[in-house]
Amino acid sequence: MSGSNVPHPPVLEVENLSIGYHDGVAHRRVVHDVSFRIDPGEVVALVGESGSGKTTTAQSIIGLLHANGRIDGGSIRLNGTDIARWSDRQLDAVRGAKISLVPQDPASSLNPVKTIGAQVGEILRIHGVASGRDLEAQVISLLGRVGLSEPALRARQYPHELSGGMRQRVLIAIAVALKPQLIIADEPTSALDVTVQKRILDLIDELRTEFGTSVLLVTHDLGVAADRADRLVVLQDGRVQEAGATKVVLAAPRSAYTRQLLADAPSFSAVARKAPATAREKPQASGDDVIIVDGLVQDFVRTDGNGKSFRAVDDLSFRVRRGTTHAIVGESGSGKTTTIRAIVGFQKPTAGRIEIDGTDLSTLRGETLRQFRRKIQLVYQNPYGSLDPRQTVFDIVAEPLLNFAKLARPAREEKVRAILRRVGLPETALDRRPHALSGGQRQRVAIARALVLDPDVVVLDEAVSALDVTVQARILDLLDELQRDLGLTYLFVSHDLAVVRQISDTVSVLKDGRLVDGGTVEDVFERPGSDYTRELINAIPGQKRAALV
Amino acid sequence: MSGYLLNRLGQALFVLWAAFTISFVLLQAMPGDAILIKFQNPELGLNPQQIADIRASYAADSAIWVQYIQTIGRFLTGNFGYSVQVGVPVSTMLAAHLPATLKLASLGFLLAAVFAVVIAFVSSLTPFAWLRGAIQSVPSLFISIPTFWLGIMLIQIFSFRLKLVPVINPGPWQELILPVFTLAVPISAPLAQVLVRNIDDVLTRPFVAVARAKGATRQWVLWRHVAKNALLPTLTIAGVLFGELIAGAVVTETVFGLNGIGGLTGRAVGSQDAAVLQAIVVFSALAFVTINLIVDLLFPVLDPRLRTKAGATA
Repeated sequence: MSGSNVPHPPVLEVENLSIGYHDGVAHRRVVHDVSFRIDPGEVVALVGESGSGKTTTAQSIIGLLHANGRIDGGSIRLNGTDIARWSDRQLDAVRGAKISLVPQDPASSLNPVKTIGAQVGEILRIHGVASGRDLEAQVISLLGRVGLSEPALRARQYPHELSGGMRQRVLIAIAVALKPQLIIADEPTSALDVTVQKRILDLIDELRTEFGTSVLLVTHDLGVAADRADRLVVLQDGRVQEAGATKVVLAAPRSAYTRQLLADAPSFSAVARKAPATAREKPQASGDDVIIVDGLVQDFVRTDGNGKSFRAVDDLSFRVRRGTTHAIVGESGSGKTTTIRAIVGFQKPTAGRIEIDGTDLSTLRGETLRQFRRKIQLVYQNPYGSLDPRQTVFDIVAEPLLNFAKLARPAREEKVRAILRRVGLPETALDRRPHALSGGQRQRVAIARALVLDPDVVVLDEAVSALDVTVQARILDLLDELQRDLGLTYLFVSHDLAVVRQISDTVSVLKDGRLVDGGTVEDVFERPGSDYTRELINAIPGQKRAALV
Repeated sequence: MSGYLLNRLGQALFVLWAAFTISFVLLQAMPGDAILIKFQNPELGLNPQQIADIRASYAADSAIWVQYIQTIGRFLTGNFGYSVQVGVPVSTMLAAHLPATLKLASLGFLLAAVFAVVIAFVSSLTPFAWLRGAIQSVPSLFISIPTFWLGIMLIQIFSFRLKLVPVINPGPWQELILPVFTLAVPISAPLAQVLVRNIDDVLTRPFVAVARAKGATRQWVLWRHVAKNALLPTLTIAGVLFGELIAGAVVTETVFGLNGIGGLTGRAVGSQDAAVLQAIVVFSALAFVTINLIVDLLFPVLDPRLRTKAGATA
């Protein structure tokens, strides 16, 4: 389908591209001698983790590097013409018409104060393609083409009135409006729920075939790249580690880095990350239920004042045995977060009972509730936002001890050092502040902070979702090890089914606040009890490769 | 919508009441009062008994809370009382002085907005970093210039040296040129600073990159995407700055000898004319509250995100 045996000239040819940023003091090079090409109608995936230079490379192709970025060398040939040193004015004619962009975050990529129609029509107006009634008609037909219902109505709506998936469709409509030769899709689905992600990627595929457009897919998700790309370019630290046909790279990766990526990508690991199930059988059988949730209902009164309440969680029940991992799975708006907020006692349930280690939460108030929080600790999704930037690592980890345990300073210090060693942080990290740590190190600090009080239950709220796959894999290893050694019970909240499958023992699948499926991981994944669960499982990227291997 | 509106109206009424009460208490707490200042003047030669009679006729010595209730009752019926010093109804005095101040304030604010927009957009459009830096330091300069000094300098330069604007018998518009400029400069500075910041902030938002990826030029993006988004938060600041505007008007009117509320305030403070001061405070508060109420109500019109929220409450 890529027409590789027809002697077409490539749409895009990047050769020895080097890019650097000037940070006020020095010029720092982030992309080194990157070369690749994209043939007509082909999908090439630029795969890499954060800091690999994939986004910088993509931005330079469409001439939208940040003001302090500069192309230091190499060429970017579009249909044989080098545009690497073109001025902004020259590039204005290329952008949108020849090369277009599908951005990462649909929530912030549309102007909030302009209608959808105006923003789609804008690209036609800028390039003088249409105006007046003709423009209006074209906008509506484009919106219909990308699968939006009632396109005429959508054209009059504002971005906030549309869901994330609908907004991404609008952005795709903008990107394909002028039938460009190349679409740069920069993490086009990272911010979307997994089922929506699949539909959006299907749409891009479909339009690509229809218009014969080439696609440069920028992604951190090897699963997505494997499913969608003809060829892969794997980047690490601004250098190409490996490039080639998708099948070849996946079947026989040549570079150590690609092998590492493949091993760590949760969607590719056929086997569970956890220790063999047999070894775990015993504590499970003898373990008591640490978490009992029975008929949990949580209503919220709408703040916009019409007095109607909104039911976020509806009659949810599940039990978690001591020393096991229970996953709560669902897409945005499914009630995952509401559930865990009730379990840690941040909000009173409207109805139902929650019991943690034999204590009924509804009986706790004031000081007893505060003391209860020792037993159940949280690790949040965002390792950047959940650590106080002004505290040192030592202060962060020691703070819970100040709140709960009356320890003398030397004892406290010893405890903090021990727990930091336990989570694999070097001694030198003690005096650092969060900004001097990597994302993985920060999440280790957050885990250490949760464990320093010796809790029974740790709630992991999307705790690995923001991390790169290789880092994610190390953190998951650490969590598993800690669980076995300390007998911890995990409540693992995630939208990522591939990760859930790897590390959980039991699962609850939520949709619109209701439990649609529940049981052991094997039961739920092998014999899903609802259509929704089946849809979720089918939407996990990387299945093409699973079929290959 | 009605919930939002009622909430805002309630807040506005509370602010008015608070302004009235606080100014009432403060004016009462001052040692001496207008009656003493006017009638104890030895030239009038009144004996203590006569002064006591006058005080009784003004009900100046009844209990504070009685006076408070009476004054509130009068204000609610639109009766602001009499000026002790001049012996004229306060409402007449306000009517005579208000037009000049309104003209000065509205023109001053308009010019300030123009200054702010020009500074912000020119600095954002300029391709030269040094020029950008230079333009962006203008607000800091503006904000540090004292109003009275700027007024005097302007008169010195434009009236006496260059003889561009007459000081003696100027026309009705000529006399406004320098005061409006004087008033606009300190008001424009915070506006420009907020606007520059907002523009920089909006420029980093992903939808700007998307607009550029459509092939839009920098100017196109700035006018059609950034401007409205950056102006929205500035509107709030503009409402708050109205307070500055009133304060600035007092000084400006004094420097330029304009016959407005500012001059009236100055004289009323000098003679401790409580009735006049009370009315001026309440009037200023009313204007401030009204402007901010309009700003609040304007937001849903300009920002569709707030419109839906407000609409859902209807």
